[in-house]
Amino acid sequence: MKTKVKEEVAEKSSSKKMNGAMMLVEALKEEGVEVIFGYPGGAVLPIYDKLYDAGIKHILTRHEQGGIHAAEGYARISGKPGVCIVTSGPGATNVVTGLTDAMMDSLPLVVFTGQVASGVIGSDAFQEADVIGITMPVTKHSYQVRDVNELPKIIKEAFHIATTGRPGPVLIDIPKDISNAEGIFDYSEEVNISSYQPTTKPNHLQIRKLVEAVSCSKKPVILAGAGVIHARANKELKTYAEQQQIPVVHTLLGLGGMPGDHELYFGMAGMHGCYTANMALYECDLLISIGARFDDRVTGNLKHFAPNAKVAHIDIDPAEIGKNVPTEIPVVGDAREALTALIEENGKPGHTSEWLARLQNYQREYPLTYKRDPQVVKPQRLIEMVHEQTRGDAIITTDVGQHQMWAAQYYGFKNPNRWVTSGGLGTMGFGLPSAIGAQLADEKATVVAILGDGGFQMTSQELTVLAQLKLPIKVIVMNNHSLGMVRQWQEIFYEKRYSHSLIPDQPDMMKLADAYGIKGFKARNEEEASEVLKEALNYDGPVLINVVIPGEEKVYPMVPPGKGNHEMVGVKP
Amino acid sequence: MRRIITSFVNNRSGVLSRITGLFSRRGYNIESITVGHTETPEVSRMTFVVEVEDEGKAEQLIKQLNKQIDVIKVQDITDMPMVARELALIKVMSSPQNRSEITGLIEPFRASIIDVSKDSIVVQVTGKTDKVEALIELLRPYGIKEIARTGTTAFTRGTKQLKKSRHNLLINP
Repeated sequence: MKTKVKEEVAEKSSSKKMNGAMMLVEALKEEGVEVIFGYPGGAVLPIYDKLYDAGIKHILTRHEQGGIHAAEGYARISGKPGVCIVTSGPGATNVVTGLTDAMMDSLPLVVFTGQVASGVIGSDAFQEADVIGITMPVTKHSYQVRDVNELPKIIKEAFHIATTGRPGPVLIDIPKDISNAEGIFDYSEEVNISSYQPTTKPNHLQIRKLVEAVSCSKKPVILAGAGVIHARANKELKTYAEQQQIPVVHTLLGLGGMPGDHELYFGMAGMHGCYTANMALYECDLLISIGARFDDRVTGNLKHFAPNAKVAHIDIDPAEIGKNVPTEIPVVGDAREALTALIEENGKPGHTSEWLARLQNYQREYPLTYKRDPQVVKPQRLIEMVHEQTRGDAIITTDVGQHQMWAAQYYGFKNPNRWVTSGGLGTMGFGLPSAIGAQLADEKATVVAILGDGGFQMTSQELTVLAQLKLPIKVIVMNNHSLGMVRQWQEIFYEKRYSHSLIPDQPDMMKLADAYGIKGFKARNEEEASEVLKEALNYDGPVLINVVIPGEEKVYPMVPPGKGNHEMVGVKP
Repeated sequence: MRRIITSFVNNRSGVLSRITGLFSRRGYNIESITVGHTETPEVSRMTFVVEVEDEGKAEQLIKQLNKQIDVIKVQDITDMPMVARELALIKVMSSPQNRSEITGLIEPFRASIIDVSKDSIVVQVTGKTDKVEALIELLRPYGIKEIARTGTTAFTRGTKQLKKSRHNLLINP
């Protein structure tokens, strides 16, 4: 039925003559775009004129950076491409951080930037910037439109490229005269890019090799990353791990792939991962990485990374295989297809019971720990309380830093697609706008934006959008009056010389909430925090909760920079 | 190690910039790069000569190039049967007295004098990089005023063409 409607639309519009701006609107409808995030300006006035009565939901964030992060949050939760429209020059340069963030974390975006008229490109015209040049390294692909008749094809290709293979951001730069120029809109042609044919089906030979390696292995471990989430392969991951009795650890972005309380799940690995996960990586004899790219925050010092392991790497992007870690069994393909193939092979599992017992022992001996103190709000306890009160199934968004690590360590995600965080780029100011996109992608979900006071102040203007759209997002500012992770490193590695990392002077958060027309709460001790959380979560509308946490609290355990994963510090209280 | 890499790319504006940008941001040094049309007008051939630490780095470079949407096919042809040539123009100080001496010198290189002025001549030489360099060294004592080199362009021998698909990368044989 749905395809029939689509066909009719295609037929109706296939021969139509219209201007470039209208083509853009028609193309977005063809792609089934429900919401776009954007900010108007001179070079996109023709496009905004057509958006005026296009019937597509448009979210006006209060800064272009907010717009593109919202699009990222939307893409992360919905699995559909996030769409963002901004004007030329400053509008376009303001989305560069978001493009880079999406590139690093493989989020599908289609970003339209206005451009000055074709005739004046290169003349340093008003609000001109070489956006293609600036964004080339931070986009999966980009186009500058030269002929209005090519616009439909370009848009169709952009959506295809953004969402297939390893997802990523695609940018389309549209000169103003192209938006005004008339052309024939034809969206019926199938996308066929001979130079872009990503491999999704894994090679059978390599799958067989992996099956054999698993059978021979006594200490296998699966390192599952965001690729599992992108491929919607969480069920297959669980089935495969259970079938072969292989322990699973996650990267930061992989959280939620395995249920947090599953007996084969041993936590997050990496710089602030848990002891068990890191020791599993260190001691394993077979490392199966699925949709993870061996980021330095996961591997620590490469010399000490999985020193005794045979490495198998399943990834949709062949360039990730062998990039950082030499790989014996390369499997290029989609995580779900590869896992399905592995499950179907139903190979003989290795003898892993001793290994599992060893890891369980580590888990008992070295759990994540912190000193509880009800007189204050311990950040770890706060995250536990959020988990308890949302039953581990809220959408959690964060910025980067201490609060992000605590959220990752203590939230205990039960399900995939509940975790929106800036992993690769580590972008402050990501959490609040991405929560907007996440809530729009899943209107029924409880969305909790867990932010630090530093990152919050980078994009706090987006609070307006929460009020305007009545998005019931619960914004928690973990307020330690400092740039916590910077402070932590200065304490440990720079003799407590807190150079510009302490920010005692802050806006009055209650008044700020009030000014933006959203409900404000504050909490100074554990009991208050618990009550405030309850009230806030039951409140039907956006809230800002200012939680004062101790400034000296640090994220542990930690793999110090330059050390191996087995050299973690702070594993015991 | 020195690698010669050829690639087919879509003949579109900005493609060269994408490729050179990739080289610099991934920390690769391009020794030379040549670009030109192929027998198919919408496809260009690029030939790179790069200096890399090891084979792993070379493989990674090829994969990164392959990842570019506008790149159709990439191949490291260093160890394959191939022909590789570059062209150099060398402006040498030369008086009428030593002109015939230089002519004799360049003849075994099958180089030719393509321009003569009062006090200099222009020598054109085509060949492998080491041959070009050998001739330059021979001419140096006369006083070289300018050198213009095209960089290496190359392809594999025989009639087997590079297939224009991106599938079979180095891995997943």
